[in-house]
Amino acid sequence: MTITDAPKIVSSRWHLDDGHTLARYEETGGYAGLRAALAKAPDEVVEEVKTATLLGRGGAGFPAGVKWGFCPPGVFPRYLVVNGDESEPGTYKDRILMEKDPHQLIEGILIACYAVGCSQAFLYVRGEMALAQERIAQALNDAYAAGYVGRNILGSDFSVDVVLHWGAGAYIVGEETALIESLEGNRGMPRLKPPFFPAAKGLYLQPTIVNNVETLSNLPWILANGGAAFAALGAENSRGTRLFAVSGHVKNPGVYEVEFGVTTFRDLIYAPVYGGGIRHGHELKAFIPGGASAPWLYPEHLDTPLEAGVVGRLGTMLGSGAVVVFDETTDMVKAALRLVRFFARESCGKCTPCREGTTWLERILERILDGQGRPEDLNLLMDVADNISVGLAWPPTQTTICPLGQSATSPIASAVMRFRDEFEAYLGGPAPMTVEVKGAAFVTKPAAAPTAGRTQEAVDA
Amino acid sequence: MARFDGENLDTALEIISRYPVAKSATIPLLHLAQEQDGWVTDEAMEHIAELVGTTPAQVLGTCSFYEMFKREPVGRYLVNVCTNIACQIMGGEELLHHAEQRLGIKAGSTTPDGLFTVEDVECIAACTEAPCLQVNYRYAHRVSPEDLDRLLDDLAAGRLDDEIPPHGTLARTRQHIPADRAAGPADPTDTPEPVWLVSHAAPATETEAP
Repeated sequence: MTITDAPKIVSSRWHLDDGHTLARYEETGGYAGLRAALAKAPDEVVEEVKTATLLGRGGAGFPAGVKWGFCPPGVFPRYLVVNGDESEPGTYKDRILMEKDPHQLIEGILIACYAVGCSQAFLYVRGEMALAQERIAQALNDAYAAGYVGRNILGSDFSVDVVLHWGAGAYIVGEETALIESLEGNRGMPRLKPPFFPAAKGLYLQPTIVNNVETLSNLPWILANGGAAFAALGAENSRGTRLFAVSGHVKNPGVYEVEFGVTTFRDLIYAPVYGGGIRHGHELKAFIPGGASAPWLYPEHLDTPLEAGVVGRLGTMLGSGAVVVFDETTDMVKAALRLVRFFARESCGKCTPCREGTTWLERILERILDGQGRPEDLNLLMDVADNISVGLAWPPTQTTICPLGQSATSPIASAVMRFRDEFEAYLGGPAPMTVEVKGAAFVTKPAAAPTAGRTQEAVDA
Repeated sequence: MARFDGENLDTALEIISRYPVAKSATIPLLHLAQEQDGWVTDEAMEHIAELVGTTPAQVLGTCSFYEMFKREPVGRYLVNVCTNIACQIMGGEELLHHAEQRLGIKAGSTTPDGLFTVEDVECIAACTEAPCLQVNYRYAHRVSPEDLDRLLDDLAAGRLDDEIPPHGTLARTRQHIPADRAAGPADPTDTPEPVWLVSHAAPATETEAP
């Protein structure tokens, strides 16, 4: 076990009943990071964040400081758009950050605006999160009154408005160009890119930085304690700490802040202070390591550290920090259908492979589960998936404007390759398969049944 | 009532004033229309088009993309049961079926008394608290069928009126930017380089084009 004593960087106020209030925030070190930032030149703040090696926490995992640097010089205004549209299945962290510590997020937004030179910030909160909207509205009103936001912040020449904006229910809006379309008052359909990424032409075709809630929530600590202190935690490119939501068949489902890069999946799922192991009397069958879009992992992968590069080489991703744990009672065909149905429902309809492909995957899986499947359906599923993301490789190939379509192929390829016997049971016999997969995580069962995932109780029983 | 009335019109104008481009207020104004009427009427969309300088068809185009906007009346309480992966494996589908049976309606429909609408929804970001649901976007965590029965009884009896406003009302706290503190919206066509970048620019390394 690698349970470290890394500090709580973003979740330090979660245990407080009033951590969302300005008074408590100030009492517990709040806005010290903003003061530290204002004492530096904007370029120095960018350097501090680059030193920290803060990877974006939204899913793609791109270094935040580097992303900031993509704004073309001399083009103004620049905007900051905060992505609070958390909706990747399995993901639960940004909502807690917004509900329990809204000032930490606001402070992070201000630091980013100061560093990048953004003239206005828009905080896009998912529509379904009423309490988060209320807490942020109150926090912004209080922060304006106290001089932290708005004109001449803390008596300096730094001025920026932070505008709270509500979404209205669309997963695709989590994609940054769809988020910008939505913020412009349009249907949330992604923009074609290249040629222009948001940093060059984003909101109103001006340079725009889109950052995730958790990413920005790290900035106050980084500025208050230094980028080097942040980079001293973790390993390789995965520095600092990170939030992981552990859900499904564990004893203690919860959202845990752990040291990034060194803590392992085994720690997260089995340590008494985290997941606490598989629920009584059961054993681990598989787990989703990074949200619905991520290829699945299995008991033989438990000792993998939560490090972006290492997990990437396994053929999957840490994504949005969502670990969903399945025990042996899980019907993997049903699980695959539920995940594919999500992507079919949430496809915006702009690109044919995604719109048609996800819908056909759903229909074929429904037919199989209804007992009406044909032996060739297994290969058909894989063939449709291969048409959405050619070669079923990792990183996935993309036939569409955004990654939503290819995401739907992860649960298909994972379930079919690993649990082919479950599909064949529904199909009433062996099903031929000729489609080839390249992704390293799309693996068949090891010859010897692994015992790594067995809980102590199950062994005793 | 369908166009914005006096107080809501003031709120609408305040919301629009925060954006450099009025059309960006479309979605917040659709929420305001839904708060006023419980659903989004054609008249409200026409009014929004007037206010943000687009056409009613453009407002409808935006409105129809987003699941939260209801273009026909729904129940006073919208009960959204999550059946996505983390909830599915913890009993979310069974919970939805229980709600359907208890209320005598299928997901997507409304009880004849207009009190409840039930929906089968996608992940609502409470995965560690599965199975979960929302009533008018207020959460209930780790819900058993018995919990659901109690919740529906309490809602029907009006015992949760203080905590759960009728459908349409999202946040009950609104952002207000005081005039004397506002930095103002940043016009995309006419905003200079921020003064704090200029004042902190290091002359020795200043190589950027003006």
